Amino acid sequence: MNYLDEYRDAKACAIRLGWIREAVTRPHVIMEVCGGQTHAILRYGLDRMLPRELELVHGPGCPVCVTALETIDRAHAIAATPGVIFASFGDMLRVPGSRTDLLASRARGADVRVVYSPLDALELARANPDRRVVFFAIGFETTAPANAMALIRARREHVDNFSMLASHVLVPPAIASILQAPDNRVEAFLGPGHVCAITGTGAYESLAAHFRVPIAITGFEPVDLLDGVLAVVRQLERGTATVENVYRRTVSPDGNRAACAALAEVFDVTDRSWRGIGAIPRSGYRINEAYRAHDAERVFDVGEIATREPEACVSGLVLRGVKKPSDCPAFGTRCTPQTPLGATMVSAEGACAAYYQHGRRPRGGDPA
Amino acid sequence: MADAAALGACPVPIGEAERVLIGHGSGGKLTSELLERMIFPALSNPALDARDDHALLSIGGARIAFTTDSYVISPIVFPGGDIGELAVNGTVNDLAVGGAWPIALSLSFILEEGLPLADLARVIESVRRASMRVGVPIVTGDTKVVERGSADRIFINTSGVGVVPAGLELGSAQIRPGDAILVSGTIADHGIAVMAHRTGLELGDLASDTAPLHALVAALLRACPDVHAMRDPTRGGLAATLVEIAARHRLGIEIEEAAIPIRDPVRGACELLGLDPLLVANEGKLVAFVPAASTDRALASMRAQPLGRHAACIGSVVARHPTIVELATPIGGRRILDLPYAEPLPRIC
Repeated sequence: MNYLDEYRDAKACAIRLGWIREAVTRPHVIMEVCGGQTHAILRYGLDRMLPRELELVHGPGCPVCVTALETIDRAHAIAATPGVIFASFGDMLRVPGSRTDLLASRARGADVRVVYSPLDALELARANPDRRVVFFAIGFETTAPANAMALIRARREHVDNFSMLASHVLVPPAIASILQAPDNRVEAFLGPGHVCAITGTGAYESLAAHFRVPIAITGFEPVDLLDGVLAVVRQLERGTATVENVYRRTVSPDGNRAACAALAEVFDVTDRSWRGIGAIPRSGYRINEAYRAHDAERVFDVGEIATREPEACVSGLVLRGVKKPSDCPAFGTRCTPQTPLGATMVSAEGACAAYYQHGRRPRGGDPA
Repeated sequence: MADAAALGACPVPIGEAERVLIGHGSGGKLTSELLERMIFPALSNPALDARDDHALLSIGGARIAFTTDSYVISPIVFPGGDIGELAVNGTVNDLAVGGAWPIALSLSFILEEGLPLADLARVIESVRRASMRVGVPIVTGDTKVVERGSADRIFINTSGVGVVPAGLELGSAQIRPGDAILVSGTIADHGIAVMAHRTGLELGDLASDTAPLHALVAALLRACPDVHAMRDPTRGGLAATLVEIAARHRLGIEIEEAAIPIRDPVRGACELLGLDPLLVANEGKLVAFVPAASTDRALASMRAQPLGRHAACIGSVVARHPTIVELATPIGGRRILDLPYAEPLPRIC
């Protein structure tokens, strides 16, 4: 058993598709929150294999997409500061801010480095004591614990030239925000499997009860995704609204206690602005007082950040599942991965990028 | 305009690049753009415009294949080989997939001041062994040295000439709907071995597949003289080859994803790094387009060769959906294969 093939087995998928078809009697709108789930659905062509009554919409589960423009601009300003080594995951390098992106900054001479782990960035700081190393820490609850660990170690080992520009976002407040919007169409959720592996499922129980929506905590392989769809469809058909864990091999109700302890040690919950959506109260993490010496936002004074982004943005409608990428008039024409107009096209995890990459063209141009 | 009202609000896109970006070297769309906008228009001529892996020149009645490639890989030594071996095999392969028997190579070094001579000796020895293995001499070359910091240890350029036998008509323009698409073996071995090595991932049993394909090609052509075209899917992976051919010749391509051979450790590494194996470089594999009726003969001839043991038929050229490459996914769905903008970046989440 290698935990991959079994969950990609064509027969296992066919069986579940059969059960889903049997269960569906009317239209339903289901949202998956996590960018990784969006990609898996498109990569395997799953949404097109489901009965027509089921509409899958894609939520704001792309941390790159939703990072506030002001944070991006701040990152660029810090990266351009002489003597700084700016370390980031690869995805963030292409995200356009008000004026530039990290790749272009690097081409102009900024020391921008791709790392695969915050601990690599910490190692860079140890190896370069005369430079200030800054790690761009974005992501959901999944990536936050590793970042917390890096800060705990940095403080314990007095790696004083290491700091982090942290802009984490939390899933449950985003789901609440979507459900509270007057134009909301979403009736059920495929919950984020790896986020719940860290946090446990408690917050989702509250959401299900309060908003009366079924939520299936779902994984990332085709069989997992179909298990999730089946679970919520059955609930929608019979009118129940509870949380079901269909990713048991990874998720337990209490989550990962050690990870949660690390988070509590380093981060405070804060209000956060989500690019394309707006401000969501208590929806993010910021570095707390005890770790202020390693908070890049406080360590670096980059002056006034003047962002250039008006109120409304179509990306926001895509992120909330109100529109599909292919509904956008610019999708695939003026807006492509080469010339992205919005956050959802820039990031490899974004819904528009996923649609484009897997060949979904504007309505009428779709060959498949 | 409704467009502007809905979209005037989106963040202003970064304008066209004013400088060379690392993505211009990735083999993806940025690379194509650079070539199409700046290079081909400026230098256009019939041999260049054919845009195959090598140029075909007519000299005194003989058809000469001429190709060049530069090697800037870092690290210069990696599991399964080094930059020297790569530099010989890569250029030999660009000739081989045009049916050209390699006659001679040139070799240029750009060396960074401070490179240990022991490293240079190692690379030279690799070049020597690789060229002996193929039987192609290095007949001319050049060596330059630049200041520390102006090159990454060692850059190599090799150019090669070969002769295409009379009567052999190979080239992507020969590909027709109905043709079977074959690969000579497992994909993504080279790129993954290098990436894993660079990121310090100890996954064991990952090695570059760098190898000269001239003998495999000769065996294939002997058994199957009606091969239409061959390519070696290096930078940009199998996807780059298929997408480019579909687009340039307005052909439809359909691939069975489950039929594409890939080693388990490579697949595992791709999962870990969040990479699509179809986009990862190969250095010892070829893709062949053959008339459907010749499929079995072609596969048998490759499988009888050491470098073709895992040869497989992965799909076919079709008349439907011209310019589109469509994949049948392992679970029975469909998706379209396209090139990324620049380097495929491992996903973060």
